[in-house]
Amino acid sequence: MKTMPNNVFQAICACLVVAAIAALPTPLSPPAMAHGYEHAGLKIKHPWTRVTPPGAKVAGGFVTITNTGKQTDHLVGGNFALSKRMEIHEMSMNDGVMRMKQLDKGLEIQPGQTVELKPGSFHLMFMGLSASPVEGKPVKGTLKFEKAGEIDVEFAVAPLGAKSHSDEEGSATGGGHDHGDHHKHH
Amino acid sequence: MAANTTLARVRLVLWGLVAIAAFIGGALFLGQLQEAARQGASLPGAARFGGDFELTDQNGKVFSSQSLKGKPYAVFFGFTHCPDICPTTLLEMSKHLEALGPKADKLNVLFITVDPSRDTPGQLKMYLSAFDPRIVGLSGSEAQIADVAKKYRIISEKVATSDNDYTMNHTATVFLFDGKGALAATLSWQEDEKTRSAKLERLVDNG
Ligand SMILES: [Cu+2]
Repeated sequence: MKTMPNNVFQAICACLVVAAIAALPTPLSPPAMAHGYEHAGLKIKHPWTRVTPPGAKVAGGFVTITNTGKQTDHLVGGNFALSKRMEIHEMSMNDGVMRMKQLDKGLEIQPGQTVELKPGSFHLMFMGLSASPVEGKPVKGTLKFEKAGEIDVEFAVAPLGAKSHSDEEGSATGGGHDHGDHHKHH
Repeated sequence: MAANTTLARVRLVLWGLVAIAAFIGGALFLGQLQEAARQGASLPGAARFGGDFELTDQNGKVFSSQSLKGKPYAVFFGFTHCPDICPTTLLEMSKHLEALGPKADKLNVLFITVDPSRDTPGQLKMYLSAFDPRIVGLSGSEAQIADVAKKYRIISEKVATSDNDYTMNHTATVFLFDGKGALAATLSWQEDEKTRSAKLERLVDNG
């Protein structure tokens, strides 16, 4: 029972800290970090990847794509300067099992739709890495669409384990700390 | 007369504070019990889970589960050709070890590959150099890995990709075992950091 007052004190402090954090406005991602491309009715927002552990042969790539055109298009591939090839994958978690699936027909993007490739979900899979991406050194590549063709992009490089491109320390927790503009918080 | 009234008021305020503290303390204690009960209920057959194994660590040395006896441990399965969940889990576990401070010495952390043909001890050593050096990486023969995966009820399967390459599906849960070798709790990637920290603290405190 000696520890109880200590527990209570910690709980009160924790509550105050939580309340203080909750009261802060949601920070927007620093504008300097965002980059994007527009091509043939597609808006491509902030392609990024992250540092991989030494010896890693694969890396994930992420990007947000909006179809502002009138016809459905598919992201079918592309390339990444530091890897042999790029695939489009979908990751899912069910009953504690992580599953990865290659999207053979690519990723469909309907007119008006925004598709987000992000950790834990759809992603570009860079297979056969020749070197690890270096933080802050963008990597050249392309994104290939069925109709819009191939578009040159640069992938920004976030730290090891970053959960979003604005996640500087790679320390955001599972709840998803992302910019509030296109994300629902549960 | 006035001094008496003031004293009475001070007493009243103090008793009020005591009542509030007692209420919060009670609620916390109840919450802990409920959490414990909830976890216990969600871990069927906790005592039978796991088992003895012998594998090879990232330095090429034989690693026996006998060496885990008497200390709690965390174990999870993955592979180095994994773009997301494996490096993320290794990073999170590294942060947890750091946050535990000196208490981290009371905990073993194991990363067992589900892809032994590509994850040789040398490959694991290189890969794990980005994380806390206390994390032990384990590989072995296909048969050894299949055996340990079965004991820990791990689902793992190869999934074909282009160019005759493959990736893998696998159980990503982190299993926490107490010093007696019984499953005490699990960590999930979807939980927040605070919840995971609390479970690890409890694990090392309970021994
Ligand atoms: Cu993938």
